[in-house]
Amino acid sequence: MKKLIYLLLGIIFGITMFKSGAASWFRIFEMFHFDSFHMFGIIGVAVTLGLIITQIIKRKNIKDWSGNPIIFHPKAKGFYRYMLGGIIFGLGWALGGACPGPMFANIGAGFLPMAVVILGAIGGTWIYGLLKDKLPH
Amino acid sequence: MNWMYEPWPWYIGGTLIALIMLLLLLAGKSFGFSSNLRTICSMAGAGKNCDFFCFDWKAQTWNLLFLVGTILGGFIAMNFLSTDLAAVPLAENTITKLNELGFEGAGKEYLPSELFSFESFQSPKTLLLLLIAGLLVGFGSRYAGGCTSGHAISGISNLQLPSLYAVIGFFIGGLIMVHLLFPLIF
Repeated sequence: MKKLIYLLLGIIFGITMFKSGAASWFRIFEMFHFDSFHMFGIIGVAVTLGLIITQIIKRKNIKDWSGNPIIFHPKAKGFYRYMLGGIIFGLGWALGGACPGPMFANIGAGFLPMAVVILGAIGGTWIYGLLKDKLPH
Repeated sequence: MNWMYEPWPWYIGGTLIALIMLLLLLAGKSFGFSSNLRTICSMAGAGKNCDFFCFDWKAQTWNLLFLVGTILGGFIAMNFLSTDLAAVPLAENTITKLNELGFEGAGKEYLPSELFSFESFQSPKTLLLLLIAGLLVGFGSRYAGGCTSGHAISGISNLQLPSLYAVIGFFIGGLIMVHLLFPLIF
């Protein structure tokens, strides 16, 4: 039963992605043309509040609901994997107009061709796993 | 409550995203959606020939439930919280640019019907574009170790330099696609 909280949070996330326009192909195009503040506002507010939340949790050593300390796992140091991976991701984000979360929100909304994007995303993840050791990180 | 049915303003969207991140942290989890793609690979048997996918995916059940919720959320938002076609109010400039590229529905629908209507299944070119988009997102997010939620939101919130590199990369890639490649593709 406790796990249902994740389902509920997912529902709120899906509704938020869709209703805020973050799951709209058009909004992503608009963002990369810097024609509107909208997407930058969404990301800006999320990051600003996220920053405050993260700092408070760290400074006050706030525990999670099970009483365990909240641990942030910093990403490994590096440059190439983040920059190159980021660029590849950005190309796909703009072309498909959706990052991973919104892909699934759009499937729920009934845009069935998004299933092809999702299949591609699973395939792309798989290909990365196969090539991982041959790539600069 | 009428505002619920209109497109939501940016400050509501941003606040709810941060709230979801907070609640996941309080539940002892971290906000990162693209991990699910790796989990799905493992469930599909990728671990047999590739050590990257050999991990206990059952520990990720919570995130898969989050994914199922996201699908349900999209369904609810479209069918019960939107009017007509859930048109997105775009900037005038954007609508003009999109019309010039051949996207007639800009400002009148949620996703371009040129790419996401049922007819797409009959167009090999569209199917190929959608598949390539997905491949790039899947490959890129695992290579970079996260997507928009893991890097742009969770990572930057934790002041991680790698996440800043990744987000700069997201924008370089997006700008190249939209400004240099779109005129060639569409």
